[in-house]
Amino acid sequence: MADAAFLALTVITIGSAIAALEMRSLIYGSIALMGTLGGIAGFFFLLDAPFVALFQLAVYVGSIAVLILFTVMLVKRELIFKMIEDRRRKFAGIGLMLIIMVSLGAVFLDSGIKTITTDEPAVDFRDIGKNFVTYYWPALILMGLVLAGSVTGALVLARREDVEDDQRTN
Amino acid sequence: MTNELIDFTLVSVAMLAIGIYGLAVKRNFIRMLFAVEIIINAANLNLVAFGRFLPHAGGQTMALFSIAIAAAEVAVGLSLIIVAYRMYQNVDIADFRSLKG
Repeated sequence: MADAAFLALTVITIGSAIAALEMRSLIYGSIALMGTLGGIAGFFFLLDAPFVALFQLAVYVGSIAVLILFTVMLVKRELIFKMIEDRRRKFAGIGLMLIIMVSLGAVFLDSGIKTITTDEPAVDFRDIGKNFVTYYWPALILMGLVLAGSVTGALVLARREDVEDDQRTN
Repeated sequence: MTNELIDFTLVSVAMLAIGIYGLAVKRNFIRMLFAVEIIINAANLNLVAFGRFLPHAGGQTMALFSIAIAAAEVAVGLSLIIVAYRMYQNVDIADFRSLKG
């Protein structure tokens, strides 16, 4: 049975995920998204994975959420508060959400996952480091290249073509 | 452990459903990016939960890879938002039609 910390984290995570999508202001929405990402980090702590939890806090809450917040600030003010959605489409979306929740939840509750419990000690985080440099080293290098490529691509995409270099210095 | 694997899996299913709802209903580019983030986090939660209960270090390793790739995806997605906003002065995806034949 789940304990109190788990239930509190569930409420925070699911509640702020709904708030992130439904809040009128995009700024408050992105702050609510920070709550979701932090709640997931809390789940990682509960799962005895402190290394992944701290990675999640550093990368998601620390950088991605702040990046999103800054992008939202670049958008015009009336667009930040404008909800663009169709009423009928919204009800259809809620129906789709409930169908997915109920059907997938029923499948999982009916499957063998329910009986899986463990008394074994948690995985040592030194094993993760060993995994990275032994079995997964090509993937690690590829990931580094993908990250470098994506940063370069983001810079090239966001660069303004209509501004001259001498204007840029002023 | 007092918490069982099924608890974490059900939270993950709920987050997946919320993310799909956001992708289906919202027309704001930035909110759709929020929905994608929520779905990716649901997947990461599953990876770490199964890695804990097997127990196997592969789950956490994959979760770390997934977090790093998601960071790259957000960087590119946000710069696409900036470019599209500069071109159309809007964040409504229904306005981004220049590729439509």
